Order: sequence, then structure tokens, then C-alpha cells
Amino acid sequence: MEYILKNGIVYDPVNEINGEKKDVMFRDGKIVNSVSDSAKILDVTDKLVMPAGVDVHCHLAGPKLCVGRLYRPEDERKGVKPKTDITRAETGFSIPSCPATGYRFSRMGYGTVVEAAVPPLEAKHTHEEIIAIPNIDIPPLTLFGNNWFVMQFAKEGNIEDLAAFVSAWLKITKGYGVKIVNPCGSEAWGWGGNVHGIDDPAPYWDVTAREVIRALAQANEMLGLPHSIHVHPNDLGHPGNFPTTINTIDCMKDIKKNSEYRNQTIHLTHAQFHCYEGTSWRDVTSGAQPVADYINKNDHVTMDLGAVTLDETTTMTADGPMEYDLYELTGLKWANKDIELETASGLVPFIYSGRNPVHSLQWAIGLELALMVENPWQVALTTDSPNAGPFIRYPRVISWLMSNKRRMEMMDNKEVHGWAAKKSALATLDREYDFYDIATITRAAPSKIYGFEDRGNLSVGSLADIAVYDLEPNNFDPTVNAAAVENAFSNALYTIKDGEILVKDGEVVKVVSSNHVHTEVQGFEDQEKRILEQIMPMFNKYYTVKFENYIVHDHYAEPSTVYKVNASK
Amino acid sequence: MAYEEPVKDYDKIVENCTCAFCGSNCDDLDILVKDNHVAGVRHACRLGASKIMEDEDQRLLVPMVRDENGELVEVDWDTALDKAAELIAGSIRPVFYGWSETSIEAMKPGLELTELVGAVIDNQATICHGPTVQAVQNVGYPLMTLGEVKNRADMLVYTGSNPMNAHPRHLSRYTTYPKGFFRRRGRFDRTLVTWDPKFSDTAKLSDIWVPFEENGDYGFCNAIRAVLKGKELKQDVISGIPKEDIYELTEKMKNTKFGALFFGLGLTHTLSKQRNIDIAIQLVQDLNKYTKWVLLPMRGHFNVNGFNIFMSYEMGFPYGVDFSRGYPRYMIGETTTIDLLNRRECDVFMVIAADPGAHFPGGALAHLANIPVIQIDIHWGPSTEMADVVLPGTFIGVETAGTSYRMDSVPLYMKKAIDPPETCREDEWIVNELLQRVKNIKEASK
Repeated sequence: MEYILKNGIVYDPVNEINGEKKDVMFRDGKIVNSVSDSAKILDVTDKLVMPAGVDVHCHLAGPKLCVGRLYRPEDERKGVKPKTDITRAETGFSIPSCPATGYRFSRMGYGTVVEAAVPPLEAKHTHEEIIAIPNIDIPPLTLFGNNWFVMQFAKEGNIEDLAAFVSAWLKITKGYGVKIVNPCGSEAWGWGGNVHGIDDPAPYWDVTAREVIRALAQANEMLGLPHSIHVHPNDLGHPGNFPTTINTIDCMKDIKKNSEYRNQTIHLTHAQFHCYEGTSWRDVTSGAQPVADYINKNDHVTMDLGAVTLDETTTMTADGPMEYDLYELTGLKWANKDIELETASGLVPFIYSGRNPVHSLQWAIGLELALMVENPWQVALTTDSPNAGPFIRYPRVISWLMSNKRRMEMMDNKEVHGWAAKKSALATLDREYDFYDIATITRAAPSKIYGFEDRGNLSVGSLADIAVYDLEPNNFDPTVNAAAVENAFSNALYTIKDGEILVKDGEVVKVVSSNHVHTEVQGFEDQEKRILEQIMPMFNKYYTVKFENYIVHDHYAEPSTVYKVNASK
Repeated sequence: MAYEEPVKDYDKIVENCTCAFCGSNCDDLDILVKDNHVAGVRHACRLGASKIMEDEDQRLLVPMVRDENGELVEVDWDTALDKAAELIAGSIRPVFYGWSETSIEAMKPGLELTELVGAVIDNQATICHGPTVQAVQNVGYPLMTLGEVKNRADMLVYTGSNPMNAHPRHLSRYTTYPKGFFRRRGRFDRTLVTWDPKFSDTAKLSDIWVPFEENGDYGFCNAIRAVLKGKELKQDVISGIPKEDIYELTEKMKNTKFGALFFGLGLTHTLSKQRNIDIAIQLVQDLNKYTKWVLLPMRGHFNVNGFNIFMSYEMGFPYGVDFSRGYPRYMIGETTTIDLLNRRECDVFMVIAADPGAHFPGGALAHLANIPVIQIDIHWGPSTEMADVVLPGTFIGVETAGTSYRMDSVPLYMKKAIDPPETCREDEWIVNELLQRVKNIKEASK
């Protein structure tokens, strides 16, 4: 099938197309530069056209989500929508059911969404959920930061063996890249403890976060994986944590990048939660400035926001000790899920409110970071969904970034607490994102960060993943129309995935299976075999499942998109 | 126990099969196969082995439909499936119950059928760990995988459950006896505690047995929480336990390095029901102020947890989900099986991989006897006596491969070791056939 998207106003930062009126053509799921006369014409004259959205960090499929859904029927009862002839019923707000997750991303014009944390032992579960989520491609990131084997290799400084282990485990779990969450801290949570800062060693293993992060980064670059290490640093959500954040990214400075497409060697995730100054929640202030200053001076780091949206939501992270802290703070129901030899995790419902001083400050910090980091290619828009807010609020965050008027209005009208203006620099920042910047932080930069050359852009040969929004950039001022911006980005005029129209006028018109997107390292097979033989005695002794039953069988990851990585390059 | 000669006469061994009995889902079974029959099983407990070995006993082998005389007569697959599809398509308030002893793969078309006809879908949690799920929704869910316990735990508490009888390898494979990474001496490095009014087989093996009174669970947990919070106990004896013992035990629990609490139906089905679990969970949460504690419900069937997980990710609710309004509703007491039967709402009942005939209360059964019942199962049981259509399935984990979730939510792909009997069909195939046939009927009547 051939199509022409006619006369749209196109924003495609990868190709430096900034609001040009032009046609986008695609055939058999790919962008092409010409089509035959029989091509179907989709007239989008003067409408906003972008590549489909790419989300760098979202929790949308896997065991944590399922604990959330199981123990929060109060959340599931929000957002209920009956089935239609095309779609199944939807439930949930912050932790929607799988079908709802797919439909909602699709309605917002998204095409690829990264699942940010997969414990290898339960990777099958994540892939089962990906099967149940329609309409978006999902690359899962595999958790490595508290894995016993990893900590052992890091302690020995044995990078080649670690690289072999990472390569093997990415295949076993059908994962895309390396995720590190509170390195050494989640292991300490095995004993009810935590680590503080990057030089506080894990109990027994006697290895520090600095050593683990550096070792994994070196292994990542040895393999030449398309994505860099993806790091949730220590001390998340603690007042005074910003030095830990800077130390974490700074310890990567000398590591050499081995990838042509991406620029960074470390991706700092949900930065908002890592930029607090002060000693307690009483004297906390924003620590966004020093972190943004560091990022502005260094191009080996990229970050995503983790912007707070001021909603009732469900926090969930592999940072087990943090969730217990949060439970002690709020008294709301605490769930925990420690995974043998691999990681911890926890959940607590959370009610962000504009009346609360701390939440308002968090809201301000998320926006501050986006406005203080000068190069939008180092920024990706996320809410660490559902931690700082559910993903359906991305359009609202976009509207805030585009309108200083709206931000000031919220602070003036007391929609947020006075701390937002008093303890952060948000009120002094009048920078406003334009559509080109928005396309950068939601499409181009995310795909570059992940090394996706075939999406997040409208280059010839790329996937025909395209979003059209019902806004006319040439006749519309987003700086004074925040509500209209939010509405348009929430309900795409068209969402096209692999050349098929999945959403029209904000409604899902077609449902397709999601692709499981993973990497496969080639040229490391001998090392992988040797390392598997070497660790098998320990595996057999201390895991409670057999290796044969531990791996994710191929049929759990179909259909799939596999990015082959040549490790010898 | 008489000595039995080891089985030596077999053609091949299928290694690392997953046991399809209890929620322990031991995945280290070696099934010995001779002429496409199970000749022996290695590593399984007596429960698992007997289920796998004696599977042929009372096996349902052919589809059956009940005739005008009330006798089940053998029919071909088409007749039986058409009859079942007709019943489902013509029903107003169908309930599809069971699912805990079949694979996730079979649940998928089952849910699709549920959504198509607007039925209620429910599993055995509705009569076993339902109160646990309610409590989890009240206060939280501090869990772990069983390997965490194996490698770290130095104190184990079992309450309201008797794993030596019901989950026989739980202690030996996961919690008490294995040599863990930080518990190199296995049993010697751990303290085993049983809280149970009965001197159960688990209590007999325990270092500490706390025989609180029947229905004393809530009071006992409450007393420990009070002591933890620094309160003084005003009564000398609480729930039948002297207060000195409670002080001593609390101190021990505070001073472990890693404790794990396992609870079963003894807690969910005594006087205070879900409130027992509420307080047990809160106790574990309180203990985390001092040291590391986790808990886990002792799930019964090998995929009872799997159904709750499956329904949660597909539709947002764990069990008892009603689609009659075109969107899922979950309201305990309203959309749950026993209540629907007691209120005589249900007009067609399909049971798959469960035996309500053996487990449901009399009132619910009385209604079941009056309405059409479709059974998908591998064995003749009390439910077969009530069934109007019988569809013989295959044995997941032995004859058919499939996915299940262990009690701690670890997903496992269960292998197949032998081929199913020729006349039987896989659960997934049967449910899919029903789905297609019901679709056809609905299309035709449009």
C-alpha cells in the first residue's frame, strides 16, 4: 500500500526539517521519496507532522506493573472504557491494563516505547505483557546493576567476562540494553539496607556503585551496544542528592564511546528525582542548576526528565529501599518484590498535589531541567511513567514547556504551592520550546539516544512511523494556548505505524501486534559459552529455577525486531 | 513405607519438567518415558509424582453429552463442541470458572470468549486466597522470590499452612533445608517457626511451635505488633499464648537478619478472614523498621497465581471479573462465582481445570445442578456428575507445554514429556474452538 501525506507542516529534527510544508510518502511500511500515481492521498494540509513518538523510559510491562494492577483496583476503576468493534475494554489510570496502554500511546502518536526495567528471572512475564499490548514497538531494558555475577566481575575488574555475561543475558532475556538501578543499593535492600553515594560498598560484595557503573559502561562499549548504559543513580528522592548524581555521570568521563550513532556514554534517567539540594524535606531546594550546568558542559551524558504531573499515581522502581522510605513517609500501602540474585523492587501509591510544597517543588524541578539544559538533543521527555505521573500526561508537560505564560499562571494562581517559585528558578526561566524542540525531545533525541537509525525520523528507508496532530503551526500560538496544545497532542489526527493507519481523529481504528525489540550481539559467542560454563555451578546452586527454564524462549518474543550488533567492530 | 525398586525400564528421560501440582512449581522433575507413557518421575514429591504417574486413572478420554435420560453418552468432538457453543451463545449470565490448572495459553482464548459473550470469568482464588488479594489491596504486598529466602533467610514462619503435607518440597527445595549463598549450612543456619493450633507435620519439624487458639490468629499478630511498637501487653495470656512467649518471639523476630512469613488458607478462612492477612502484612511491614522481612501466600494450584496475573495485565483485575456491561467490573460479593450461584444468577456454567463439585458450598451446588454445566477437564470427578457437556483436555506439563506462574510469580515454561491420548484435545484448542463456534452462531443470528 502506498500513501502520500500531503502538505503537512513537517518537523523532523534528524533531517533538520523545521516546519517545512512538504509531502511525506511511504510504501510497504517504509518512508520512500516517490510513489506511483495510485498512492492513496491523505490530505493534512497545514497540519503538524512529526515522526511517531519514541519514549525512552516508561514502566509499562512486567511483574511490577502487575503487582500494581493487582493491588490497586481503585486505580483500575479509573479510566474504564467499554469495548468497541475494534478495541477491547480499557481500565486503569496510572497502571492501565495492557490493551489500554497500547491504545493510549497510539492515540498520542507514539510508535516506540521502552520498558525501563526487566528483572531477568521474570523476563518471560514482561514479554507476555508485551504480547498483550498492541500498536507500539517495545524494547525492554534488562536490569544488571545489582546482579551478583555483575558485582563479582566488577569487583575483579574483569570487563571482558562481564561483557560476555551482558551479551549472553541480553539474549536470554531478549533485552535491548543495560539498565542500572540504585547500583549496590538494591542488593543492600536484601538485608533491609541501602547505600549512600557512589562510593559506599554493597554489603558482603564489597563493591561500590562507581565500580559497577564503570564496569558495565566499559562492557557496554566493548560490545558496542546501540544504547549506552541507562542509569538510575543512588539516593533517588533524597534531599541533598545532586552531588551523587553529578558524581555518577562524572565518573564516566574517561570512558570511550563505541557507537557511531549516539553521542552519550551514560543516560541519566528521571533526572528530576536526582536534583535535590538541602538536608531534609524541610530545607530542600532545587538542585537542577548544578546538574544542568554539568550537562551543558559535557556531551557524554543525556538525560530524561521524570517530570511531575501532579496526579495520583503509583510509584514503582527496582530501587527497593527507596520505596520503603516512601512508605514510611506516606503510610500508603507498600508492596515489595525482591528477585533472587538480581534486584529488588517496590511500589507505593502516591498522591502528588499542587497544594503540597514538596510536590510543587518537584514539579518545578522537572520543568527547570528541560529549560536549563541548552541542547535539546541531550533531553528526552518522560514522566518516568507512572512514577512522576502517568504517560497520558506527556501532552500536558509539552504544553508547559511551550508556554511560559501557563507556567507563570500556575504559580500566580496558586495551582502549585509557593515553594515552586521560591525554592526553584522556574519563575525566572522564560525559555519556551517550539515545535522543533518538542519534536527533538520526544522523537529525534530519544531515537538517537537509543541508536535507532530507523525511527524517530522521516528519512527515506526509515519505518513509516508518523504522527499528525490537529494543529496548524503557522496559524497557532502555543505559548498562549496550553489547553489546545495538550488536547492536540493527546489525540493524534493520524498515528501511522509501519505504514498502517492505527489512529484517526484520536480514535484507534486498527489494532496490530507490538514488536519485541531486542539486540543480539554477534562475534562474542565463544566468550558467552565460556562464561556460561564458568557461572553455571553458581547458577545451579543459588537460583531456584533450572537454566533451561530460566531463558525466554523464542515464542515469547514474537513478532520481534532484532538489532544485530557486531561486537568485533 | 515399603521399599520400591527404582524404575529401570524406560526409553528416555525428559529433564527439567515443571510439576503441575502445587504452587511450588518445582521445575527439576525428570520424567521417565516408556512407550509414550510415564514410567516414573524423579525428584517429585509424593503428591506431584502420584498426579503425574497415575494420570490414566479415571481419565476422561472422549467427549460426552448428557442425553434426555440424564446419562452421559459418548459423542464426537463436533457434536460436543456445538452443543457447548450453543449453550454459551444462548446464555444470559454465563460464568467461566476454573483456569488454575491450565496454561496461560488456554486462558487467552478463554478471556476472548468471556469478552465476546459478556460473561463472568473467575478462578479458584475466589474460594481460597481471595481474602489474601483483598488484604493486599488494603495494606500492601511485601514479597520476594523464593530464591531470596533460600539464599538469605535465617528465620521462617509458617502459619495457617502445613507445607509438609500440602507443598512437600517447599521446605527442602526453597526455604529451610537448602544450602543458600549466605546460609551455607542450610537447615542449621535457620530457625523454623510454625504458628498453628495443630501440631502439624510442619510443626513437628520446627524449632518453635506457637499453638495459638483456633481463630486466635488476629489477636496473636496484633499482640506482636503491639510489642514491636513498644506497648506493654495487659493480658497474661493472649490467644492462648503466655505473654512472656510473645515478648521472647518478638525479640527473636526483630533480631533475625532476614525473615520470611508464609501463610495459607488457615489464615484466610478462619474467623477474621482478610483481616488476618491485613494484620500479618502490617506485621511484616512493621518488622522492616528493624530488619528485613518478607511474606508470601502459599498458593495451591500450579497456576492459580498465573490466572490472577494474567487477568491483571489483560484487564486490570485479578479474579471475579464481570464483562456483562461491555467493560470489566470487579466487586467481591457481587461478581464472584459463589455469590452469583447463591443468588441463582448464573444460567450457564463452564468449568475448566477445576472441580467445583468437590469444593463448592451446598447452596451453590444446588443451583449448579439446575443449570447446564460444561466441563473441560482431564479426570472424572464430582463435577463430571453435574456436567451436561464433557470435553476431555490434556495434561499441562506432561502432555502439553504451556506457561505457568509459581506462587512467587516466577514465570515458567512447562515442557511436555509425552503425547496426549489421541481422542483428547489441548485446553487451548478446545477453548479456541468454542470461541470460533460461538462467534459463528452470533454472526448467523445478526
